[in-house]
Amino acid sequence: MSTYTAVTDGDRRAMLEAIGVSSIEDLFADIPAELRLGRELALPAGMTEQDVYEHLRELAARNRSAEDEITFLGAGMYDHYVPAVVDMLLSRSEFLTPYTPYQPEVSQGTLQAMFEYQTAICELTALPVSNASVYEGPSAVASAGYLARLANGRRRFVVSRGVHPHSRQTLETYAHGFGAEIVEVPLRDGVTDPQAWAGALDEDTAAAFVQQPNFLGAVEDVAPLAAAAPDGTVVVGAYDPIALGVLAPPGACGVHVAVGEGQGLGNRLDFGGPSFGFFAATDAYLRRMPGRIAGETVDADGRRGFVLTLQTREQHIRREKATSNICTAQALNALAGIVYLSWLGRRGLVELGELLLQRTAYARQRLGALDGVRALHDASVVREFALGLDVEGLEGVRRVIDRCAERGINPGFALGSELPEHPDGLLVAITEQRSRADIDRLAEALGAALAAEPRPQGVAA
Amino acid sequence: MQREPAVTIFERGAPGRRSFVCPELDVPRRDGLLPEHLRRAEPPRLPEVSEPELARHYVRLSRRNFDLDSGFYPLGSCTMKHNPRLHERVAALPGHARLHPLQDPRRAQGALELMWNLERALAEIAGLPHVSLQPSAGSHGELAGVLLTRAYHADRGERRHKVLTPDTAHGTNPATVTMAGYDVVKVGTAPDGGVDIEDLAAKADTDVACLMLTNPNTLGLWDRHIERIAAIVHDVGATLYYDGANLNAVMGVSRPGDIGFDIVHFNLHKSFTQPHGGGGPGSGPIAVSDRIEPYLMAPTIVRRAPAEPGGGNGAPADGAALEFDLDFDRPKSIGRLRGFQGNYGCFVRAYAYIRSLGAEGLRDASEVAVLNANYLLARLRRAGVADLLPAAYDRLCMHEFVLSGAPMKRDLGIRTLDLAKRLLDHGYHPPTVYFPLLVEEALLIEPTETETRETLDAFADAVAAILAEAAEDPEIARQAPYTTPVRRLDEAAAAKRPVIRQPA
Repeated sequence: MSTYTAVTDGDRRAMLEAIGVSSIEDLFADIPAELRLGRELALPAGMTEQDVYEHLRELAARNRSAEDEITFLGAGMYDHYVPAVVDMLLSRSEFLTPYTPYQPEVSQGTLQAMFEYQTAICELTALPVSNASVYEGPSAVASAGYLARLANGRRRFVVSRGVHPHSRQTLETYAHGFGAEIVEVPLRDGVTDPQAWAGALDEDTAAAFVQQPNFLGAVEDVAPLAAAAPDGTVVVGAYDPIALGVLAPPGACGVHVAVGEGQGLGNRLDFGGPSFGFFAATDAYLRRMPGRIAGETVDADGRRGFVLTLQTREQHIRREKATSNICTAQALNALAGIVYLSWLGRRGLVELGELLLQRTAYARQRLGALDGVRALHDASVVREFALGLDVEGLEGVRRVIDRCAERGINPGFALGSELPEHPDGLLVAITEQRSRADIDRLAEALGAALAAEPRPQGVAA
Repeated sequence: MQREPAVTIFERGAPGRRSFVCPELDVPRRDGLLPEHLRRAEPPRLPEVSEPELARHYVRLSRRNFDLDSGFYPLGSCTMKHNPRLHERVAALPGHARLHPLQDPRRAQGALELMWNLERALAEIAGLPHVSLQPSAGSHGELAGVLLTRAYHADRGERRHKVLTPDTAHGTNPATVTMAGYDVVKVGTAPDGGVDIEDLAAKADTDVACLMLTNPNTLGLWDRHIERIAAIVHDVGATLYYDGANLNAVMGVSRPGDIGFDIVHFNLHKSFTQPHGGGGPGSGPIAVSDRIEPYLMAPTIVRRAPAEPGGGNGAPADGAALEFDLDFDRPKSIGRLRGFQGNYGCFVRAYAYIRSLGAEGLRDASEVAVLNANYLLARLRRAGVADLLPAAYDRLCMHEFVLSGAPMKRDLGIRTLDLAKRLLDHGYHPPTVYFPLLVEEALLIEPTETETRETLDAFADAVAAILAEAAEDPEIARQAPYTTPVRRLDEAAAAKRPVIRQPA
């Protein structure tokens, strides 16, 4: 068994004597016997460090990671390269181990990093206000809903079908609690149907949600969608931050609250977390923001410093009247975000966006030319696109994925498992780690997999 | 610590400088892929720095932080125990770290088995049969718990609108209640530090959906009437929610499920060593009773009979067996609380911790946490300290305890805040201050089990030294700290005219 305690028998005796009790048992005297467990927990015996390592290594070996295959999986999390400098900085005890910066005099590192992160998010989104992070993407969308519900008191959410299904589902879960209904607006030609969108919005609409690029990879024309919202309705945009090197930022499109999944910014996949969610807004919502915000100030000697600010929004001060219940968020992951954005730099983010744009266009054309493959839409895309496969529904797509997997390639996400309207859909994501050669290998594998698949009945081959 | 004037990353570097070198364009360039009106007009004003500049900037910044590996961090209610570095090593293995959350479960069996094993271990520790790992932190687990309560009552055709929270509760409890659409009803605290039973009995009616309770509570005290509390709550048909922030006191000693709690949340970033990271990531799994299980979040992890090699049970062509799977077919579920399956990286660390310690080690951790807290309390009960900083409740404590700085303020003219700031000059992170709210000038101290007796002695001596110093000259503490990267900061000015980003 491993241990991280330090009490020797001698310590124990001396400490018990100082306390004035005769045994450890005595310290638990308040717990009645019938509420004591009275046995050991039924857990495996403790292990040495090297044995735990071996066990965890063995479990890791039974996963097929992005290191083991050429993966085109995306749909919310992406296999971007995480620079080594991020690992180095995040593994420093000074960033890794402190608590939330309640004592600012000895937390300037964390607080300044938050301030820098907020600045970068404001620059990225072209919005003036950012918090220091929330949990992750979909719950950030739901939190934006709560902000709107408290801000205007309305009870109706209009949600584009292009919003990530996990975001929509999370919003539904939250809305069920604080009391709001959800109205969905369909896509047309891959993007939010503008007429249906305008028709769904009304004076009772608390918030309207659109995703950029949307779940099918399509670039939305956000500005007219935002302009269609009536006064007081909070327009929420869920953005892929990597795409913001090339796409018009939310602040330039009339979006009031921009949120999104931050994983692509220097965070590893980690089977879904931890990552971070970003949360930015117009000035009007500064005092309605959820979570921590770092602000600049001066110390007693007039030296520049940083503190947690506007805390009267928060649960530890405002309790039941707080703007959110969030306490621990994702500080370390947001630090990865600001380090990564600084590493990419002003030009790098744009260059990366342009590279993804070009490679994605190449992949879309290359795969679209395969026998048995069609585009699900013709809208512009940046880093992800949706295809339809001429196979027998979701099961057919899964068989195709399995055949590609046998060749060491993961061709993407089977859309039908989240969107029943696209049973034969495949969502393919591109990162800077997927070269032209990788894309060519995907085309070859996908072509072969489709050739081996029986065509759906009644559809010409 | 580093005491240079603060310079942000946006004030460093020079136009044209860079760290990232973009991979070369290896496909034919095509123009017009994006209509102009959808394009960004100006690149975002991100820093332009070289990698050495970048590394140095953040290393210097890091040296402006106090951390758990540099010194004692007795921050009450936060369980600042040692973060074993083995956990970082195993979490970074590519099979965990580079696993995509939408990987087919047949090709993620190691991850799902780990999650399954962690669920079973947490279920055993809580004494409740079902676990969801999905919530991202304690407050997220609380939201899950109250939404589950709502679904449970709704399914029985009941409409209840109140949730009870003691006045000692963490702020997340009442904030969660509002967020889940309920009204908060506060319950008072009795003279012994436990829930005021009469107040509870008077407020517990059939409009009450749930009682949220932390036990041991935020005063570090085990509630002596816990069975009675459970009975009162269950008699009116409400659920009993256990805030696991203080679970570190009772692992392997007592289980919330055996007491009658229906829903428990764990803070993997407290009791189970997930490093706090300066404010996250955390992870807040919940354990629930049979009656709450139908409403648990989707997806859940299920274990199926191992597949026959070469066919049946959906075994894939490559022969991997589908033993562990994600189950989305949960008709009564409250739904999703976030994307994907939760903070898996935190699961890896917590699981490594549980497997390292085993049953015996977990119990030992809780016992020593309680021993250390009581020892430090005893050391602070000595003459010269106890009269100025008395224990708020004259009892044995669990893993943490509360002192009141009221006499110190009256007799020495220094406040709890001053004591905390002066502790910084002695190389300690101060305890939690001004919480719980019902103790005047509160100081909430949680040493944890991983500290040595020598550290506890030295901390007690430092407190005594600060009080002795203040008796001579209180101004020293009032102006402290002196040795930190910055001195006391003007928080009022920061809130009045907020500057929350670097101006362009």
